[in-house]
Amino acid sequence: MSLLDVTDLRVSFPTADGVVQAVRGVSFSVDTGRTLGIVGESGSGKTVLTQTLLGLTPGSQVSGTAMFNGVNLIGLGPDQMRRIRGEQIAVVFQDPLTSLHPLYRVGWQIAEMIRAHDKSVSRKQARERAIDLLGRVGIPQPSRRVDDYPHQFSGGMRQRAMIAMALSLSPKLIIADEPTTALDATVQAQILDLLLRLQQESDTALIMITHDLGVIADIADEVMVMYAGRAAEKASKHDIFYAPHHPYTKGLLESIPRSSAAADRLKPITGQPPSLIHLPSGCAFHPRCAYVMDRCLTEEPQLRSVGDAGAHKSACWLPAAAIGTAEAAEAARRRAVGEGRHAAAARVAEEIAASPEGSVIA
Amino acid sequence: MALARFLVRRVLTGILVLWLVATGTFFLFFARPVLVVARGLAGRAASPQVIQQVIRDLGLDQPLMVQYGHFLNRLFLHLDFGYSYYNGESVKTIIAQDIPITASVVVGGVVLWLIVGLSVGIISATRPRSLFDRVSTVGVLAGLSAPTFVIGELLIIAIFVPLNQHGFSWIQTGYYPLSQGVIPWMGHMILPWVTLATVQAAVYTRLSRGSLIDTLGEDYIRTARAKGLSERRVVFRHGVRAALTPVVSQLGVDIGGLLGGVVVVEQVFGLSGLGQDSVQAIATGNLPVIIGFVIVAAAFVVVANIVVDMCYALLDPRVRLT
Ligand SMILES: Nc1ncnc2c1ncn2[C@@H]1O[C@H](COP(=O)(O)OP(=O)(O)OP(=O)(O)O)[C@@H](O)[C@H]1O
Ligand code: SF4
Ligand SMILES: [Mg+2]
Repeated sequence: MSLLDVTDLRVSFPTADGVVQAVRGVSFSVDTGRTLGIVGESGSGKTVLTQTLLGLTPGSQVSGTAMFNGVNLIGLGPDQMRRIRGEQIAVVFQDPLTSLHPLYRVGWQIAEMIRAHDKSVSRKQARERAIDLLGRVGIPQPSRRVDDYPHQFSGGMRQRAMIAMALSLSPKLIIADEPTTALDATVQAQILDLLLRLQQESDTALIMITHDLGVIADIADEVMVMYAGRAAEKASKHDIFYAPHHPYTKGLLESIPRSSAAADRLKPITGQPPSLIHLPSGCAFHPRCAYVMDRCLTEEPQLRSVGDAGAHKSACWLPAAAIGTAEAAEAARRRAVGEGRHAAAARVAEEIAASPEGSVIA
Repeated sequence: MALARFLVRRVLTGILVLWLVATGTFFLFFARPVLVVARGLAGRAASPQVIQQVIRDLGLDQPLMVQYGHFLNRLFLHLDFGYSYYNGESVKTIIAQDIPITASVVVGGVVLWLIVGLSVGIISATRPRSLFDRVSTVGVLAGLSAPTFVIGELLIIAIFVPLNQHGFSWIQTGYYPLSQGVIPWMGHMILPWVTLATVQAAVYTRLSRGSLIDTLGEDYIRTARAKGLSERRVVFRHGVRAALTPVVSQLGVDIGGLLGGVVVVEQVFGLSGLGQDSVQAIATGNLPVIIGFVIVAAAFVVVANIVVDMCYALLDPRVRLT
């Protein structure tokens, strides 16, 4: 049994326009000392998925289970949940400027969390620990900076402070929700290094959310690619980069800039993410998929094993042989498309081809 | 240090403002033919002898700039506002008598509207769309649309009169000095406070509700929850604390307009404070009293603004006192 086992988690938000199906049946697990990377475009449900584990999605309807250390997090009472939050599972959010309270001193905010979980810690002790933690995450002169307000910190330092806070109670699991998106490139690398080092030191499990496969390459052990509230593909980091199966994963890989040179423009995946209220029929990715086949329009593919030992799973109708980026895989894909595309799918393929930047093999 | 520099600067600008107000008032009233001015100062029914007396006593026959110098000298160095022509009382004494009354009305009213506005706003914001929230929204609309004098008269007819008829005499009109007992003082002030506070309580309910709802949607509130804090602590320590900032800036704006409401309240409840006496002074053309009141009102606004700015900086470390 893993530290965290999530099974068939579904989260939806009833709104005036209809029910937003933000997470539609996601399962995954994370082990102690391991890092799960969750990658996907904006709106694919990464944040909702992980916040639901901590009961931080007010107004949502949730089903499924999330067994953490033998406790089901879904439907946990407020008092029990409060003891999990911060102490067992800590979160590092995307934007450290808005995630720290602007009116309280950084050290106070860390000490507050320590004391919220252990009343026997005195104010002074909590402050000492905050200084210690700030030092550990690389804040210079921590005994002075502990009394600074967040606006007196640089972006990178704020994120370090958030990480210090997350570490303060030695949680078993840290959820980092795009912790580097709001920072500039050099600081991003430093923060990732820091997270990695701290994780190795303390043997915690880490869920790293990102839309940047470069971050995944740096830090993840296992990877889950999310699309429209579902897992499109799950695999080891190696397989995601060298043997992708799902066309969406392939698209993400192709959109990585080859070098960091600004001239080397990102190649985005054509089209927009779908509405989560009115989802496309069949495979949710079909309006953007260059390999769309007839059955993709009507039947929703489930995750199935496509690689060795069942660890590599993809939710796509393409044959398992279509794994990878090599010539042989491409040929397998073309063959499948040739056999599986007749009426409706051909029209979708034409539309995609007609859109700017669209590319379709027919 | 920053605070000391801020205070020095603001007190100096405050004095500048008062000087401008005093100068404006002076030239408005004194840069006119001597006889007109003397009649103004001596009262409508003054005899020619009295007028000549006033001209001599106040040096109205001297050049305007010399008079201006005397005026400023008396005002700022001796706090001498002259004498009411009406009964010869010194304006300083009148003001000193009026200030406790008006201060009672103002401070109590502001405290009441803040307590009611903030608590109703906070409860509504933490339970949006609940029954309480809906009822308070209707209450806010009613409060906003009720003119102050109507509320005052209504309170007299619906509360003061019936209660006193039934021998319940704690609630009274008129003034009762605080120094002679807190309880009867409150009994005399409660209706004026309610009158002054009703409209503003509605304004502040709406303001604090909106501000807190916005704040509770902020990322740092999510952080506070993710830290495992109790919901109570999340709402009060993290939410309300941040939601107060716009409330304090609004208070700064409202304090300037407060004196208008005070005039009405004092009239309705027969309180002879600054509001009522200034209305009377204007009605009778009692120039020395008018000038005195204008300057006191200006000083009040200046001081209140300094206090509000200081509160603002205390509340928000990002605000730098300048
Ligand atoms: N409270 C809510 N009410 C209605 N819809 C919501 C709510 N919270 C999230 N959603 C919707 O759920 C979907 C998934 O959002 P989520 O924030 O999980 O995406 P994400 O993958 O984290 O994206 P990003 O990369 O931008 O952070 C979005 O379409 C969002 O609009
Ligand atoms: S090939 Fe079909 S099932 Fe696979 S991603 Fe494309 S549309 Fe979806
Ligand atoms: Mg997100």
